[in-house]
Amino acid sequence: MLVLVALCLALSSGITVFAQTPDETLRSTLGTLREASFPDKEATVATIADSGHPGAPFILTAFLEDRLYSRDSDLAIVIVKSGETETFDLVDPLTQADAGNVPKDGFTKIGTNNRLRRVLRTTVARFTLASPDAAVRLSAVQNMLRSLDDQTMDLLRARAAIETDAAVKDEIEIGLAMSSLDSGDAAAKLVAIDRLSDRVTTDVRNRLAAFLEKNPDGSFVEADDKVRAAAASAVAHIDNVRSFYSGVETLFFGLSLGSVLVLVAIGLAITFGVMGVINMAHGELMMLGAYTTYVTQLLMPDSIGLSILVSIPAAFVVSGLAGVILERTVIRFLYGRPLETLLATYGVSLILQQTVRSVFSANNRAVETPAWLSGTWQINQALAITNNRLYIVLFTMLVFALLLAVLKRTRLGLDIRAVAQNRSMARAMGIRTQRVDAMTFGLGSGIAGMAGVALSQLTNVGPNLGQSYIIDSFMVVVFGGVGNLWGTFIGGMSMGVVNKLLEPYAGAVLAKIVVLVALILFIQRRPRGLFPQQGRSAEGH
Amino acid sequence: MSTSRFFGPGEAGPNATTDRGGTVFLAIVALVAVGVPVLNQFVPSSSPFHLSPYAMTLIGKYMCYAMLALAVDLVWGFCGILSLGHGAFFALGGYGMGMYLMRQIGTRGVYGNPVLPDFMVFLNWTELPWFWYGFDRFWIAALMMVMAPALLATVFGWLAFRSRVTGVYLSIITQALSYALMLAFFRNDMGFGGNNGFTDFKDLLGFDLQAGSTRAVLLAVTAIALGLSYVACRAIVASRAGRVVRAIRDAESRTRFLGYKVETYKLWLFVISAAIAGIAGALYVPQVGIINPSEFAPINSIEMVIWVAVGGRGTLYGAAAGAVLVNYAKTVMTGAFPEIWLYALGALFVLVTIFLPRGVVGLVRRQTS
Repeated sequence: MLVLVALCLALSSGITVFAQTPDETLRSTLGTLREASFPDKEATVATIADSGHPGAPFILTAFLEDRLYSRDSDLAIVIVKSGETETFDLVDPLTQADAGNVPKDGFTKIGTNNRLRRVLRTTVARFTLASPDAAVRLSAVQNMLRSLDDQTMDLLRARAAIETDAAVKDEIEIGLAMSSLDSGDAAAKLVAIDRLSDRVTTDVRNRLAAFLEKNPDGSFVEADDKVRAAAASAVAHIDNVRSFYSGVETLFFGLSLGSVLVLVAIGLAITFGVMGVINMAHGELMMLGAYTTYVTQLLMPDSIGLSILVSIPAAFVVSGLAGVILERTVIRFLYGRPLETLLATYGVSLILQQTVRSVFSANNRAVETPAWLSGTWQINQALAITNNRLYIVLFTMLVFALLLAVLKRTRLGLDIRAVAQNRSMARAMGIRTQRVDAMTFGLGSGIAGMAGVALSQLTNVGPNLGQSYIIDSFMVVVFGGVGNLWGTFIGGMSMGVVNKLLEPYAGAVLAKIVVLVALILFIQRRPRGLFPQQGRSAEGH
Repeated sequence: MSTSRFFGPGEAGPNATTDRGGTVFLAIVALVAVGVPVLNQFVPSSSPFHLSPYAMTLIGKYMCYAMLALAVDLVWGFCGILSLGHGAFFALGGYGMGMYLMRQIGTRGVYGNPVLPDFMVFLNWTELPWFWYGFDRFWIAALMMVMAPALLATVFGWLAFRSRVTGVYLSIITQALSYALMLAFFRNDMGFGGNNGFTDFKDLLGFDLQAGSTRAVLLAVTAIALGLSYVACRAIVASRAGRVVRAIRDAESRTRFLGYKVETYKLWLFVISAAIAGIAGALYVPQVGIINPSEFAPINSIEMVIWVAVGGRGTLYGAAAGAVLVNYAKTVMTGAFPEIWLYALGALFVLVTIFLPRGVVGLVRRQTS
């Protein structure tokens, strides 16, 4: 009879077990938490984790963050989403659906202690480590590395063995290697140092360098000679790699500064180099380009990213037209009198500055940077390149290539070169030299306008924008050799690189002074620049 | 060079026998040297003929600019060297005077240090930099006001003229020179007061700079210096060397082939011109009471050239008159219509270069003949 009863009970309980859905099982497991002791809770956590229920990570995270409560009225477990005010926003633990907003009283928190929290943290970490999203895994690894213990290290080792994503695997191995540096075992240290030597971040380098330090009494911090030697060579390797990349970075900074110089000078290379006009209003033509960018953004406020592309041709047209008007009204009276063009165009630059001041006010205007221009490109741990610098370099290359194409491949370019080489012969051959003059000046001015678009992304757009670049642009043209576009290109790039190479030693201002003085001395040695014009047309200048 | 287009052989600058314009100019300068201090000091302030200290300072400023214009005209008008570095020579002279005046402040500075100027104490310097030694004595300082610009002009001119850097190229590198100097003087470590330069001067040769009588004497001295500079410049251009210089302007290669040492003539002229600019700067600083790196700004040097162009290049007195005219217009217009001033100045540049290549003096001469 007793046996029968026991059998019946066992059967019935077995039947109920089998009859329960996974949801019900989990719910009843949770139900035990309210009255459970800490060791019991630990066992329950393991049960929940092993249940394979999709809601398990969510519940355990809430538990870890002290957001798991038991409702006093029906003893049901709920998760509190937020409880900053008088009330709780409740969430159902299984379905994660909202379960209403209720007053705070009438709930009992499921308490935790240190030991339980550690278990919870490990369990949650195991879940996130298994996440299908590599970014989630990576941040989980980074979180775990901050507080390593034996358990988490085991977890990480297990994950590293099956990890498919290279970045995550790398992160785990580096973290484990860093931690084994702190262990007493010399062999483990050697393995770790070997693993770390191709990791070029500052914290790894500093950690390895710490092995080489001495205690106050003169003995080494690290007793083992082999470990010290390995650490020393690893540090040397890391330093080598880092200094190589910082050299690459300096070179890139120099090229991007050089690109700006080339960009601001290249329009002048046309007006000054080809036509012999000292256009002091060149800077103001760039300023017009920058303001064109500003106006374009005002006209299309919803698509800033597109507006910058629109403003490039717009600035070319605006500044180019201004250049044509300038040539027709002022400069054509002054051909062959370069010093006089200097004075007259300086007057024009004052008028343009004041016009901008009257129209847009004397304050700087804010030109927004489109999202696709900002941000950085992280090439590796030691080298990151900002996108706007990269785009400036590309833009300069593009403008330069276009200009070369116009000069070499179009009818206008042919006319421009013909007039520059021999004006009267060109006229005799039927070229309308006056028209070509205006077009040439317009071309140079238009390029100045395009440079202005680039400058609007780099500096303040204000009435004085042009003045700050005019001396640089003249120096680039003279340095490169008047009348030689490639000279301008190479001259500008090398000025930029030299400037950036000097900056770490001399500071920005002194570097600039040194470059200016060096250029002055250079022009004394070679008055016609890097690439002097050869032949008969050289006499004209 | 094509400058000869504007100066035919017969009309190349002032002629020794018929320098009527120069005589009028010297007479006006003499009148100012005596009249302005008298009107300021001895005419009671209730009288309509009384000249306010403000007006007197303004006149003193204009005369310094006139001297500077003489210096620019000497090299540009007579030798075709368009220097855009004269602002730097002017500023260097001014800094020389400023250093002397700073040393004179002594213990009256904010920090009361008997040797170090305030800005050095502020930068926690404990010793006077070597290049400040001697500036407490006026004669050394006065020598430096002339020598510093002259030395710079010597080195720069020697390098540039020897390698035959001419025309536009010379203009551009002189501009780069003054730009580099401006950047350098903006640096605090240079020992020239950085951004703020020098100001709060107390006295000059023991005379209080705020006193009306000191300022009156200063104005008279400036007028005399202007007159002497004019006489010196005229003597140079009227001399045989002056004729060679004009020959260089009109046909440099031919002059060289005739056996003249073109570089030497150019260098001397450039150095003398720089020294005059330096003296102008030195006289300018105690009257306006401040010197800072913005005096080196390239725009200043270009403006000086405009004064000369407006007045009439190659006439000396025309250049001086141009400086006074343009600056008077600037004073009036920046006060009355500040937004129009730059339009007016810009238009002046354009119109004068296109329609008045010989400036106001050329216009007057055409009217009279």
